This record gives sequence, structure tokens and C-alpha cells, in this order.
Amino acid sequence: MMAKIVPKKHPMPAQPAEERVKNFDEVPYGYDEDTAIAEALRCLQCKNPRCIEGCPVGINIPAFILKIAEKDYQSAADILKDKNSLPAVCGRVCPQEEQCEQVCIVGIKNEPVAIGRLERFAADWEAANSNKEVEPVPLTGPKVAVVGSGPAGLTVAGELVRKGYRVTIFEAFHQPGGVLMYGIPEFRLPKAIVQREIDYLKKLGVEIQLNVVVGRTVTIEELMTEEGYEAVFVGSGAGLPYFLNIPGENLNGVYSANEFLTRTNLMRAYMFPKWETPIHVGKRVAVVGAGNVAMDAARTALRLGAEEVHIVYRRSEKEMPARIEEIEHAREEGINFNLLTNPIEVLGDEKGWVNGLKCVKMELGEPDQSGRRRPVPIAGSEFVFPVDVVVVAIGQGPNPLIPRTTSGLETSKWGNIIADPETGRTSIPGVYAGGDVVTGAATVIKAMGAGKVAAQAIDKYLTSKNEEAN
Amino acid sequence: MFKIIEKQELAPTLKLFRVEAPMIARRAQPGQFVILRVHEQGERIPLTIADFDREQGTITLVFQEVGHSTQLLGALAVGDSIPDLLGPLGEPTEHPEGKNVVCIGGGVGVAPVYPEAKALHEQGYNVTTIIGARTAELLFFEAEMAAVSNQAFVTTDDGSKGHKGFVTDVLQKLIDEGKKPDFVIAVGPIPMMRAVAELTRKYEIKTIVSLNSMMVDGTGMCGGCRVTVGGEVKFTCVDGPAFDAHELDFDEQVRRLEMYKEMEKKVGGEC
Repeated sequence: MMAKIVPKKHPMPAQPAEERVKNFDEVPYGYDEDTAIAEALRCLQCKNPRCIEGCPVGINIPAFILKIAEKDYQSAADILKDKNSLPAVCGRVCPQEEQCEQVCIVGIKNEPVAIGRLERFAADWEAANSNKEVEPVPLTGPKVAVVGSGPAGLTVAGELVRKGYRVTIFEAFHQPGGVLMYGIPEFRLPKAIVQREIDYLKKLGVEIQLNVVVGRTVTIEELMTEEGYEAVFVGSGAGLPYFLNIPGENLNGVYSANEFLTRTNLMRAYMFPKWETPIHVGKRVAVVGAGNVAMDAARTALRLGAEEVHIVYRRSEKEMPARIEEIEHAREEGINFNLLTNPIEVLGDEKGWVNGLKCVKMELGEPDQSGRRRPVPIAGSEFVFPVDVVVVAIGQGPNPLIPRTTSGLETSKWGNIIADPETGRTSIPGVYAGGDVVTGAATVIKAMGAGKVAAQAIDKYLTSKNEEAN
Repeated sequence: MFKIIEKQELAPTLKLFRVEAPMIARRAQPGQFVILRVHEQGERIPLTIADFDREQGTITLVFQEVGHSTQLLGALAVGDSIPDLLGPLGEPTEHPEGKNVVCIGGGVGVAPVYPEAKALHEQGYNVTTIIGARTAELLFFEAEMAAVSNQAFVTTDDGSKGHKGFVTDVLQKLIDEGKKPDFVIAVGPIPMMRAVAELTRKYEIKTIVSLNSMMVDGTGMCGGCRVTVGGEVKFTCVDGPAFDAHELDFDEQVRRLEMYKEMEKKVGGEC
């Protein structure tokens, strides 16, 4: 196939900014067939495709793109699903620009192929058009427990159930999906899509037990010694919000991003009072931090009715960790960016509600351990943002519950579970871990990559263990 | 689904449920709580475990109908099920030195203090209990408390039963009589817990109170239940719910509990 020289990615049709700030509907509409084919034709079908190496789960990218070009969308979806059990999710929230698209050959001279958008196209096409029946594998293998139903856990479950293992996922919330449900907003990842992927796993035979918090309701040890699980995968995520440790942080109106997003996404506070979980939004909101979570919180605040939303970030634009697309979307929607600005105190009124965020201006000094130039306060530059809500989105640590309640499970000094990156193996035989609880807050696809690796290792471990036993 | 197998009306707006929840019953310890949801669009609400029966696989919940969610819960009947119930959450209460303890429960706070008194009594502590309510009609667990106490007292604000006045009056009297306890566990409305804390501070009696903070997940994830203890920020859900009353910033707790007061009035109306 001869690739046409189209220098830029085909643009993604999207809801206009002035409309979308008033609703929670998905922002990008997705490619139509013609655009998808045209974009697919930009792929050079390289003999040594670098994009596959750039993908944490190793999708055969040129192959699925070729199928789109050939209008064989079902085959495209099948190729995706061969390596990725959540293509509709990854097509939306993966940082492709840092992974597959970053190494795309077309990207050297022009814009890379829009691999993510094509992935989304194929997955959405299948959901809308396919009537392929799910064929469950007979489940005769050993029992495996999966802790947490986020991207890592869902991946492990999907991989192992296909091999005939009897997999049970334990989820603390009343709904499965982990960060895909509570963290990523509806306008970026519709919950119906996550639900569809979960239903698919259920059809394959994965059992999901909700309202079970491993470490409290049942321990890992009990799962293995009393409940007959021969292996356990821990994918409990990064569920410990960091705060700034500045005065006034417990005032009414200060939220962690986790709380702000969980109230909105999982508990649907945007439909309050029909849905009964309240959220206080206020008129002027400051979101501290500049990662994807911060962008999500800022854009959510706007949709919840805030008149003015400010991102407050202590470094410069260049260091903002969020995806470029998310930053662009936020800018289009009218989010204000206050860079080189560091909060030093939350101010409150006489009733204990937030009424301001005191900040200091920063300048960049010498590089620090992260390799980024260290922000240094400018003396005398203090000023106050008059805001009534502050959302702290500066990252999360691993939830300490499982390490605390599992004796013999080794953790790092930051509380992350120590697991071999090649296998996901932890210090306890039969216990594997992956995703944010191991690496710290990362991306959906990296968690899925870790899940894949662990699933292979668990399969190997249980196969050899049971061969020995026979 | 968690089936309700017993329901009692303890007082006009005070309900008791015994619920089938074998996994929770198996691990529950005094001081721990659960989070439940009454229906699909409902909030997640934390409730202390008032009792548990490991053999029968049941837990007991006592709650006051204060808002829409608890009213919906209260409307459930025996045979109905609670769709979502997560637990046991929180750390079991740790006890200071000494064998002489006074357990104080005020209002609906009698429910969470009961399993504490019961456990301490079983462990051979010398347990004195004081339970208080506004009026006799709102008292409950009198017999249950008496059964696990070496000495049991009742107070009502209006004098309709027991001592007329506050739980702190009885505590003060005990101290005056030379029966100063080694430690106190007090659960109830914040003004009551605070009054107990102020009294015991004077006599340097270690005092533990249990908080019912605003929270979403109950596993340390949202940080909504922040509380300042001894100048340090703690999360009620994973570090508590029991804290040293003399170290606790009560003002902050009062304020944070007010956070959604206005908004909550809108729930359950026309929408």
C-alpha cells in the first residue's frame, strides 16, 4: 500500500468548547469511516514497526491499521483485542504521544499516524456493529484472586480467564472499574464504555465481588489458605491522596482531586439532588497541580457550574505533566493557567470556609533530582486568589491498607509494593502485584502492561506448581 | 445483597437492624464501622457497627434518621436487603493502660460504645457505663449496657429517667467519690464528647472519642474525613475512627460536619 503524504493527522471532530462546558458528554466525537480510512492510509506499514515496541502491551499496530484501510473493521478490532482487553478505553485515555505515536516513522518529518484515534474507531465500530458472540472458555483451572478492578486487575482477569483460570476480582467500591469509574470523567471516558468492557469480562466468566476491601473484609492470607486461591494479584492502585501540608488545608471547601472526582464521577454529584451525593463547587475554583488529574478536576469544576477555574502550578508550562491534548482542551474551555505559582496558605472566612488561596510567584533555578529546573520562590511576590474551592491534585501514593495487613509483603520506603518488573512477583510466593500500587501513579496502559506481564507469570507459576504436584 | 433479619424501633427516629453479612461479622472488632448505600442513586453513608455475631454471621447497625438517606434506610423492613455494605472499616479501638474504664454513650452514640463496653467487660476490665439522652424516650440499650457493666448509670437532660442532667455530671461525681477511672471512652454528639474531654483533661484521664466524619470511600482514598490530632492531619477512615480526645481539634470537626448541611435539604424533594 502506498501511503499518501498527508502531513498532519486528520483532525478529531469534537464538541465545540462553548457547548461542552455545559455538559458531561464526551468531548471528541471520534472519526467517521472515511476519516478513519484516510488516516489509516497514512501508515507506512513499516517492515520493522517501532510503534509496536512503543506500546506497553505490544499491539500489532500496523496490522490493525491495515485492516481499517481495507474496511475490515472486525478484523481490526480482533487484532486489538488479541493484546488489549480494553481498546475503547485505551483509544481514549492512553498517552499515545509518549508511546506508540512518539516513535512512529511518519512522525519524523510529519505528524505521526493518529494510532490512538484509529484504535478508538475500531473498538467503537465493533461495539456498535458487531454481533460476534462471546465464547467463554471452560473454566477448569486453579482459582486466582485479583484485588482491585482497575485497568491492571481487569487485564490480569481477562488474560487468565481466557486460559481457563477461575478468576474472582475483589472490589471495594460498589461498582467495578477502579480509576476508570471514579477518576476519569464522563466527558473523557464515558462510563458506559467501561461498563461494556467489564460486561465482556463477565461473559468470559470472570466473577466480580463488590464491597470487599481486601485487608479488612478478608486478608490475602485468608484468600490463599482458607478460600483456595492459588495465586493473588494485587492491583489496588494509588489510592492515597497527597496534600500540600500548608495552613488552612482542612478548611471547608478544600478537596483532594480523588474526592472531588469520585463524588462527581462515581457518585454522579453532577446530577445532585437526583443522585444524592453532594459536592460543593463554588464560584471560583483553584486546582493545584498540572497533571491529567488536575485537568480533569478543573474541567469538571467548570461543568459543575464554577464561573472561574484556575490551574495553579509551581513550575512552567514546559514541565506540566498532563497530556498536551488535555491541556489544549482545558485552554479551549477557558481554564486559566497560573504557572510558576505556588500555594502557601489556604485562607478562610469566620465560618471556616475557603475564601482565598495565598500564593507566591516562582522562578526556575538549577535542575533538581527529577532533572527539571527547581522552582524557587520570588521574595515579596505573595498574592491572594479569591477562591471558594481548592482542589489539590498533586498526586497520590499507594494505598497502605494491603501492605499494613499482609505480613511479609515487602514495600519501598514510599509504601509501594516491591514487585519484579519482569513478572510482577512480590516477596510472598504466589502473590503478584502491578499498576500504580507498584509504580506510583502512572497511566492506564502502563497498569495494563503490568497486568499482562503478571498474568503470564501467574500462568507459568501455577502451571509448574501443579505439574510438580502431579 | 445484605438481608435485614431483624428490625427494632428503639425510639421514634432511632432504628436497629440486624443484617446478614458473614464476611464482615467474621472480622469486625469494637470501634469499627461500615459504609452502606441504600439504593442505586444514594450516598455512601458510614455507620458504626453496634454489635456482631460471628456464629450467625450478622452485624447490628443502629442509626438515627437525620436526613434523607437514613430515612430511606429506616423505611426498609425485615426481609429487605441493603444493596451495598462494605466493612469492617477503620482501626479497632486501642486501649490505654489500666483496668478501670468508664464508657460513655450519648444519644445514638450508645450504639458504638456498647461493643466497646462488652469487649472490655469480657476481658475482665472494671467497666462503668454512663448513657445519656435528651429524654427517656430516646434511651436505648439500657439492659444491654447494664449486662456488660460493673456499674451502670443513666442520665436524661429533662430528668425523665435516671439522673437529671448530663453524662459529665455522673463522671464528675465518680471522680469526686474517688473512683477516678484509668481511661474513658466516650461516643456521642460532638458537644458531649468535648464536654467529657474538657472534664477529663483536668484530671489527666486518658480519653478516647470516636468520630463520625464525612467520607466517601472509607479506605483512605478521598481524604474527606481529615481531622487534626495533636497538630497532625489524620484520616478518620483509616487512622480512626477513635482518637485521643485531648489531642483532637473539635472545632474543625464541628465545622467539617456542617459542610453539606444546606445542600442536603434539597435531597429527596422535587427533582
